[in-house]
Amino acid sequence: MASEHERREILIATIADLLDGIRHVAVGASSPIPAAGAMLLRARNERDGKPPVRISILGSQRHNFFTNGGVELFDCAAQGRVDAFFLGGGQIDGAGNINLVGTGDYPKTDVRWPGSFGSAYLYHLIPRVILFREEHSPRVFVPKVDFVSARAVTPEVSRRGGPYALLTNMALFDFDRDAGGFALRSVHAPFTPADIRENTGFDYAEPEVVRETPRPDAATLELLHGKILDELAETYPAFARTMKQAA
Amino acid sequence: MTEIVALEALAARVASGQTLAVPVDRSGVAMAATAAIISAGIDDLHLVCVPISGMQADLLIGAGAVKTLETSAISLGEAGGAPRFGAAVRAGTVTLRDATCPAIHAGLIAAQHGVPFMPIAGIIGSDLLEVRPDWKVIDSPVGEPRKVVVVPAIKPDVALFHAPEADRAGNVRIGRFRELATMAYAARRTLVTVERIVDHDLFETEESAAGVLPSIYVDAIAVAESGAWPLALWDEYPADEAEIARYTAMARSEDGFRAYLSTFLSHRKQVA
Repeated sequence: MASEHERREILIATIADLLDGIRHVAVGASSPIPAAGAMLLRARNERDGKPPVRISILGSQRHNFFTNGGVELFDCAAQGRVDAFFLGGGQIDGAGNINLVGTGDYPKTDVRWPGSFGSAYLYHLIPRVILFREEHSPRVFVPKVDFVSARAVTPEVSRRGGPYALLTNMALFDFDRDAGGFALRSVHAPFTPADIRENTGFDYAEPEVVRETPRPDAATLELLHGKILDELAETYPAFARTMKQAA
Repeated sequence: MTEIVALEALAARVASGQTLAVPVDRSGVAMAATAAIISAGIDDLHLVCVPISGMQADLLIGAGAVKTLETSAISLGEAGGAPRFGAAVRAGTVTLRDATCPAIHAGLIAAQHGVPFMPIAGIIGSDLLEVRPDWKVIDSPVGEPRKVVVVPAIKPDVALFHAPEADRAGNVRIGRFRELATMAYAARRTLVTVERIVDHDLFETEESAAGVLPSIYVDAIAVAESGAWPLALWDEYPADEAEIARYTAMARSEDGFRAYLSTFLSHRKQVA
């Protein structure tokens, strides 16, 4: 059984791989794992002499290079200057639609979540949206969301944005925009494809051979345990401390 | 002419039934003024969160001051879900106008420009369009044929926020939190609380004038030291995470919320 910190290391390294090639990634508030993944990509590019990566962390003073107020991130995305972003969801369905509002009938929902934030807009405009939800269970991954905060595929309007992948505590899926659904790419040890099927409430494509999600190599772990946790501590001190202690 | 008044007098300029615009936590939330508004018994507010809110909205909702809530989210951040917001949704005591962040900015920008609506990218396919019949999908009247969402102008009766400083003429430093300016341009009245009033003119140099909201948009200012507490104010002070966590725990029950509110209101009175 992988320990909590090993599991987090796999998620962070997987996110860095998913972001490969981007120039600017925005990270929502309270998202230490996506932020760490973005910082890992930035450090790796710097080390390897690859193009620099910009990171915007919403709600952070230090990792916010905008000067035109809250609207600037949204304008920046509309101009095509944001390549990647992360969204979660109380519910995510097999068509890639996400629900950040609640379960049951709107407006008197049984469970009410905070709200749609910028999702309805950013899902259309940011090419590489990574759906990140740690809990992998049938109550999260449902056949059809109760409320569509943001729709993944809209044939009636052309768009550059949408889901690119779905990463959970158990597995990594690719999203196929033409098929409008997910395909299992890899499972994190010790889980099996059968575990994923059992804990996913929606249908998805599955290759004949499902790979294990690669564990980060020694050089990646060295970067992660040093530079990245130090950088991360500025914005997420408690998370960075726990990771450092475990490592 | 901007008036400099006491905190209670500033709060008295908000009337029941008005549309009140407030900013996101990091921009400068007028928590002391919020306590004064609750103490004054103001209710039936249409609260517009620009573009989301946290403890301020939850306090106002729990106190029964909000009739309509227009927001893209209500969240207490690391502390978790907003308990009184959740309770009000379950009880159906607040009319919801769920939104998405850039649509709230776009509505205010329409009011800033004096036009009835603003087109906005994205959103198509979202159920927000079902629950917001005031948002329309139109065929773009110019350029290539395409569908585009338009949202109506948001014209708050009052914009309310907290900032570090103002000068005696009523010019307010808003730094790079430009949404505070957008709120002020769009609103009929703007009320601002500040940590301090400075004696020098904020327009003295080009450098000092950058990031300043001119007094023409500011109706009244009141000094409220630690006026955003327990929320953060820029570089001035961090959020009081322990206090926010205490609120979150107490506000899970109606009785706990009442007890918290009573202490919060009397604490604010002592500080003032």
